Amino acid sequence: MNIHAGNMSAGVNNMQPPLLEVRDLTVEFATRRGTVQAVKQVDLTLAKGETLGIVGESGSGKSVTSYAVMRILDRAGRIAEGTISFGGVDIGTASEGQVRALRGREMSMIFQNPRAALNPIRKVGKQIEDVLIEHVQAQPGDAKEKAIEVLKAVRIARPEERYHAYPFELSGGMCQRIVIALALACRPQLLIADEPTTGLDVTTQKAVMDLVVELTRERNMSTILITHDLGLAAAYCDRVMVMEKGKVVETANAEAVFRAPQHAYTRKLMRATPRKGVTLRDLLPEDAAPAAPAPTAPVEGAGTPLLIVENLVKEYPRQTPTSGMAGLFGIKGAAADPFRAVDGISFSVARGESLGLVGESGCGKSTTSMMLMRLVDPTSGRIVFKGEELSAIPAKRFAGSKWRSRIQLVFQDPTDSLNPRYTAARAIADPLMQMGSGLSGKALRAKVEELAGLVGLPVHLLDRFPHQLSGGQKARVGIARAIAPDPDLVILDEPTAALDVSVQAVVLNLLQDLKQRLGMSYIFVSHDLEVVRMLCDRVIVMRTGRIVEEGATEAIMAAPKAEYTRELLASIPHPPI
Amino acid sequence: MSLAATDAAPKDSLFSHARHIVAENPVTGIAFGLFALFALAALIGPYVVPHDPLASNTSAALQPPSATYWFGTDQLGRDIFSRVVVASRLDMIIAVASVALVFVAGGFAGIASGYFGGWTDRIVGRVSDTIMAFPLFVLAMGIVAALGNTVTNIIIATAIINFPLYVRVARAEANIRREAGFVQAARLSGNSEMRILLGHIAPNILPIMMVQVSLTMGYAILNAAGLSFIGLGVRPPTPEWGIMVAEGASFIISGEWWIAFFPGVTLMLAVFCFNLLGDGLRDLVDPQRRT
Amino acid sequence: MLKQIVRRLGTAVPSLIGVVIVTFLLTRVLPGDTAAYFAGPAATPQAIAEIKTKLGLDQRLPVQFLAYVKDLATGNLGMSLTTGQPVFEDIRARLPASAELTLLGLLLSVAVSVPLGILAAVRQGSWIDHLCRVVATAGVSLPVFFTGLLLVYVFYYKLGWAPAPMGRLDFIYSAPDTVTGFYLIDSLIAGDVELFRAAWSQIWLPAVTLAIFSLAPIARMTRASMLSVLASDFVRTARASGLKPSKVVMGYAFRNALLPVITTLGMVFSFLLGANVLVEKVFAWPGIGSYAIEALITSDYAPVQGFVLAMAILYVLLNLAIDILYGLVDPRVRIEA
Repeated sequence: MNIHAGNMSAGVNNMQPPLLEVRDLTVEFATRRGTVQAVKQVDLTLAKGETLGIVGESGSGKSVTSYAVMRILDRAGRIAEGTISFGGVDIGTASEGQVRALRGREMSMIFQNPRAALNPIRKVGKQIEDVLIEHVQAQPGDAKEKAIEVLKAVRIARPEERYHAYPFELSGGMCQRIVIALALACRPQLLIADEPTTGLDVTTQKAVMDLVVELTRERNMSTILITHDLGLAAAYCDRVMVMEKGKVVETANAEAVFRAPQHAYTRKLMRATPRKGVTLRDLLPEDAAPAAPAPTAPVEGAGTPLLIVENLVKEYPRQTPTSGMAGLFGIKGAAADPFRAVDGISFSVARGESLGLVGESGCGKSTTSMMLMRLVDPTSGRIVFKGEELSAIPAKRFAGSKWRSRIQLVFQDPTDSLNPRYTAARAIADPLMQMGSGLSGKALRAKVEELAGLVGLPVHLLDRFPHQLSGGQKARVGIARAIAPDPDLVILDEPTAALDVSVQAVVLNLLQDLKQRLGMSYIFVSHDLEVVRMLCDRVIVMRTGRIVEEGATEAIMAAPKAEYTRELLASIPHPPI
Repeated sequence: MSLAATDAAPKDSLFSHARHIVAENPVTGIAFGLFALFALAALIGPYVVPHDPLASNTSAALQPPSATYWFGTDQLGRDIFSRVVVASRLDMIIAVASVALVFVAGGFAGIASGYFGGWTDRIVGRVSDTIMAFPLFVLAMGIVAALGNTVTNIIIATAIINFPLYVRVARAEANIRREAGFVQAARLSGNSEMRILLGHIAPNILPIMMVQVSLTMGYAILNAAGLSFIGLGVRPPTPEWGIMVAEGASFIISGEWWIAFFPGVTLMLAVFCFNLLGDGLRDLVDPQRRT
Repeated sequence: MLKQIVRRLGTAVPSLIGVVIVTFLLTRVLPGDTAAYFAGPAATPQAIAEIKTKLGLDQRLPVQFLAYVKDLATGNLGMSLTTGQPVFEDIRARLPASAELTLLGLLLSVAVSVPLGILAAVRQGSWIDHLCRVVATAGVSLPVFFTGLLLVYVFYYKLGWAPAPMGRLDFIYSAPDTVTGFYLIDSLIAGDVELFRAAWSQIWLPAVTLAIFSLAPIARMTRASMLSVLASDFVRTARASGLKPSKVVMGYAFRNALLPVITTLGMVFSFLLGANVLVEKVFAWPGIGSYAIEALITSDYAPVQGFVLAMAILYVLLNLAIDILYGLVDPRVRIEA
């Protein structure tokens, strides 16, 4: 293992002892089924001023490792073996008081889901004061002043005002800045960032990561970045440590990991990461059986428009609070200007085409897909499908319409989209049973098994309940259910957002194959341009309910015309190759 | 294997899961045993008790527990053990009837109000808010006083005061599922709204409602006993736990503890048993815990 | 903040309207004929008709309702047949006794259950946690009138630590001058320590009975909500920032955990006011609960209706107070207004 590479690459004095040194760390959790080792014999060294990325998929033990370093494992977990030495202090044997004095002052941590990481009922300024006062960096007299300084340091505009804000009044990106401010308030030597940008938009992600890098560099701090995103780690770290199932499989310079990954798992992970200039097939592991070229179904009338959307608008009333009596009689407060979630968009989808719908949260892409799915009625505008104006059929009655089976959806969260009381087979059979396929008994079962085969779901899993299936398996069930009525158009609503990157690679390829085999059209809703590029012929970029740019995917990626598209593209973290 | 066959599979696993729960948590097992005992007493109690629960025998009044009178006798010389056993039928009838009533009415109103929203929600919400505006036991007193002093009215009053609890649980559960992915998916699969409500949402809420049933069963018994303790509903000499405690209350200060004690303890055990069952059921029906 | 309180007051109005409608309906569905009842068992049909007219019972329901509201507005709740006094006066005279008992019971209960719940959550799996769970399950199963009798047997009959369960004061004492109506407070205001002791010796047992009754839901909710808050992300942040455990538990976790506990208080009050009736009967406590029970026994309905109405209004006001308290703790509710 190449543990010393980082010292040199970071250009720090080699003679200086490392800031953090972890040897043979094993962390155990007591569970109902006995002891589980979440982290097994992990070695780790971090020099002063160095940035280390710990990369792994869910369950790899990457977060647990950092919790052990901070000694904030929950009750069930304990350090079973190994030593953690931080700035000469043995974290494993130090007293709770000693470790507490280090936390926040010498080493601190930022978490994912920044809003939840802040006390919801305390002003953010006060929360920063708490930390400053705890570590005697401020006295009650000057704490406010110092807290505002700290807010300024993380580039928060109007810090005097924000000091009085509660977390629920701030955006996700702003909350993450506060969390960073909290972590850096006492100028610690080590910052551990645990998936700091998961759940944030890609432009916000870039802003947050740039801020972290800038501040830690300026203060010559050491950083550990924990992430599932190899691309992000490679773009921001000096060294990358890859973990799988509690073990370190590889540690190397960020560049080296991408250029010459040593371990099979790293190779698989690296290959599965969407990046410039690769195709969907490239994402699959090299040892995967070369996929038989899917039999391409001739698309009837390929190229002719399947769906035409004209000037689609969705408004939501902006409600002013109602007083008690008015609320009693159902009187709404005076209507302010309605909020336009979708603001007059027009586009079309051809038969056999995949169209990408890209934008950040709040851009209106989800509302658009709900309207196209006919789950929500548009305020105005037309949805014409195969020459029939679907927007004329109210959403309430659409379930009984013959068009229902023609448009289907693959959901973002495979867990939430499956009825917990239905087996996989029952879930896949549901559209067949409700939409008059006329199948029942053995014939229905045969059809379900055929669909399972199509999506690569082993038949023996069909009788399991959702909670007995893995994320990837649940995604397959959702896809099988969507293609069961043989639809013409499938809307994919961030279908891989909840999945690990290697599972994402497989699911994306599956979707591609199915499209070719069955001759469907796709609308792929996503925040990730790099993924859209691989799957879609054409792309629409949306922002605040409007279309910013539209065109062939490759063309837009190569030469974006709109300023916003350029910004989006620039925000995608690129590995150093 | 056909789909019908796959439907049978979860029942087997439910049974083995039940055994697992009982094995893991013996308290739940004890609660099931107690429940069986009460059910048995309610069913066959009147035919097997050693004495006539209504026959007074002044020569044997106020006797402490003995081999003849296991729980002693009251001021009229009636056998307390026999009365306690026989009373379980009436108390169970009151509890089961009122809970069944409110389960159907409250559960349906709650699910409909959570799922459809709008006017349905507003009306159901207003009705249950109005009930909730009263201290519940006090409202039950008022209802029984107004409607008349009968067992039927006790059942009705108990159902009414439990109505908001059922509405609240069913409404909240239906509401969070209204926009859940699997409900949207059911719409896309062509299910009608009624079918979604009954086929997708209700079965997912049912387990939580069953827990509620078990917990309110205990509460219903307490409530009915409380009402008869203050002289509403059941009239002497009918054996009923609440009224028996009331009859024994005046003898407590002179030391004849057994008259109030045994019916009181039985009442407490019955409520305790239903509460434990509720907790046990919660574990049993939680699909996340079934592996 | 003032605006907030006014808004909350507004939300109580529908509840009050509901209460008035329900109590009106309860008076109209009296068993049998109200007029026949008021006329007495030996009345002739003619006398009944006369009374009907006199009471306005021959009017249409909306007219009767208006008359009822008008009566309520002027504090006219009818006369009690048993005491011969206006019901309003009776209730006003007896309310402090009930309020003192209920509040003391709640106070004792909160003083025990909240720390118990916190400790159980902080030391999950320890003996105190097990104790908390036993208390929570056993507590809700205890019929309050039965607990009261058991306590009387043990503390009065067996140990002699409490006086006979016969009201607020032993007959040898006379009540202190009325300031608040609470004997414990009034006796202290009067500077009469002996009287305070006498009042205390009478009230502690029924108050403990009520406390035991309301212990369970509060302890259970405190424990559950502390557990969920302690497992939340922001507590982890606070710990990772090196804040003292006391600050983390009390300053961060507890204040957040308090929110569901405050909500539970509404339910607890509902139970307490009901249980209060039963406890008053057991301890012959001269409050409005025992007043209602006495009236029930003699089929004297006006006091029962007055009692239901008074309890409901009291409960609406308590809920209002809880709402305002919630708003003080949670800024999210405050801003929404």
